[in-house]
Amino acid sequence: MLPKWFNDWNSENPTNIYGPAILVGVVGGAVFAAAMLVAFGRPFAVEAAQTGPRGTGMSVTDFVSDNATPDPTIDLYYTEPPYIPEGGEALAGDVYENVQVLGDLTEDNFNRLMNAITQWVSPEQGCAYCHGDVDIAEYGADDLYTKVVSRRMIQMTQNLNENWSGHVNISGEAGVNCYTCHRGENVPSDIWFRIAPVTEATAGWASVQNRVTMQSGSTSLPSDALEKYLLESELIAVHDLDPRVAGRASDEGYRTWQDTERTFSLMNYFDNSLGVNCVFCHNSRAFYDVAQATPQWATAQLAIGMVQEMNVDYLVPLRDVYPPERLGPVYADAPKAACATCHKGYQRPMGGFDAIGDWPELAATGAPVYE
Amino acid sequence: MPEYQNIFTQVQVQGAPEWGMDNELNMMDERAGRPRFSTLVGWLGNAQLGPIYLGVFGVVSLATGLIWFNIVGLNMLAQVGWSIPEFIRQLFWLALEPPSPEYGLTIPPLNDGGWFIIASFFLLVSVMSWWVRSYELARMHKMGKHVAWAFLAAIWLFLVLGLFRPILMGSWSEAVPYGIFPHLDWTTAFSIRYGNLYYNPFHCLSIVFLYGSVLLFAMHGATILAVSRFGGDRELEQIVDRGTASERAALFWRWTMGFNATMEGIHRWAWWFAVLTPITGGIGILLTGTVVDNWFLWAVEHNFAPEYLEPYGYESYVTGE
Repeated sequence: MLPKWFNDWNSENPTNIYGPAILVGVVGGAVFAAAMLVAFGRPFAVEAAQTGPRGTGMSVTDFVSDNATPDPTIDLYYTEPPYIPEGGEALAGDVYENVQVLGDLTEDNFNRLMNAITQWVSPEQGCAYCHGDVDIAEYGADDLYTKVVSRRMIQMTQNLNENWSGHVNISGEAGVNCYTCHRGENVPSDIWFRIAPVTEATAGWASVQNRVTMQSGSTSLPSDALEKYLLESELIAVHDLDPRVAGRASDEGYRTWQDTERTFSLMNYFDNSLGVNCVFCHNSRAFYDVAQATPQWATAQLAIGMVQEMNVDYLVPLRDVYPPERLGPVYADAPKAACATCHKGYQRPMGGFDAIGDWPELAATGAPVYE
Repeated sequence: MPEYQNIFTQVQVQGAPEWGMDNELNMMDERAGRPRFSTLVGWLGNAQLGPIYLGVFGVVSLATGLIWFNIVGLNMLAQVGWSIPEFIRQLFWLALEPPSPEYGLTIPPLNDGGWFIIASFFLLVSVMSWWVRSYELARMHKMGKHVAWAFLAAIWLFLVLGLFRPILMGSWSEAVPYGIFPHLDWTTAFSIRYGNLYYNPFHCLSIVFLYGSVLLFAMHGATILAVSRFGGDRELEQIVDRGTASERAALFWRWTMGFNATMEGIHRWAWWFAVLTPITGGIGILLTGTVVDNWFLWAVEHNFAPEYLEPYGYESYVTGE
């Protein structure tokens, strides 16, 4: 097939082509890949938002594809403007039995809210999820745990919007309602339970870490950060604020590297819950220095107190109300909330939608104020 | 004609095994294993495998090292309920952890750091025995003790991490866990806790010597390979009787950067850079938490890091979605 002179020349000039072929292949492949990257850009494009002075490493990086895809649950959100009372309407507390929290609502608005809660929390089961498959005249009964829990959750929502406005309304009126956590599910996603110890045949420090768990975010960091900090309210900060400070690791209250790992675990959880990184809230050089922190640090600081109050005052006391299948797998403890329960991986839950504009009934305790 | 063109050695000497020069100190008596040849090993180094000289300290070192290894492994296995598949799956996450901080320098329960203390004791004996071995073998060969002293520099860092600093801090809990990811967690947490170790000047020095070692190793290796065609790989002869290989290598560097090491001096450069890496690193670790508790503030205080002053201008920066 090839001309004779070519074959002759080849047989007279034996050459090792494999060494050069590998070299040419590797170098050529690298050049080709580099050329493609230059021509078409990186395959998984990112965009960075600068969060502080240039040259200090302050930037939060996201995949463009993630930013282009909004939270899919936004489309499923149901809302309905209130019926502004003109005076003289019957109040739900008078019309229905056993209305303990929402008694000041007019009957129309009460039913409007009940319908919305059904859409937000139990779209498949409907009213029966809380009231049972009974005649509407018996809806006042408290014999289902779901109804008892719902009442407490309404109170919790009102408290969040009224007393933690500094967090939930930090970037314009947003607030929270049932859908912020539930997103159409009976049990919200991203709730958490106590799980430590996570290793067998160990005690103390060795028992709370070195296991892939949801709470450790697939790292070997401690899995008890949420319960220590967001339930038991232990001190999160670990740094000394002077170059030299007296103290030894065995002293009571000394902040050890073990405490640092637990704090790191919590901070990882924060980052993953909001889709951000360390320098979203902290400066890049001295994490501990509050004076140099970004404005978001204060928002997160409020959130820590808010979540602690939610867990201690509202969620944990409901433990005995729940049936066994709703309790934790290890300690049968009540389900608890943290950042991801609302944020679901986004900086602002549901893109910062206004959850209370249509729902003044949930925006504060007491009788709603319609405008 | 042998060629040196590969990252692997293409020249292999395989024949009658080499047994050593003489038997002056009865070193033959404690030599174990029948020598044999391996082409695979020959690609990387000398094709001859064995015999090995163990001696008393070698046996002690291997035995105690094996005990340490088994204590760590069995503790990891116990942590996953003695399940081999789980052990393999989670191997990189598992660790034998030091005691909880509240035990201080007392002996903790076995399941909360007790095994760690026992394992660490055996590791200490093992490492020190291996060091004695490196010293004794050099002595028997009437060599200088350079390898032993260099090894001791690494042991200094090891002892600072696991012995000296925990004692100064008053707690065995300060030691480093035995585990793949967990020892990295320790490193990160240690740096963060004490205000970022990058502002520790001894950490800086250690990095300088580490990177410097890498650079020197590459420069020296490249230089010798480049002049091996003139006999430059016979480095010892070139030291005492400088030939054209040394001349060319020296000229190359002098004309490249105006300065060149000598055939002997380059090895002193390399030795000191390597040895100073763990020595300075160990000093930096030893000072952390004992003398200095926040390296960033220490660095600002000593004009080693800039102090950032208000206003930081955060309001000017977008925060994205």
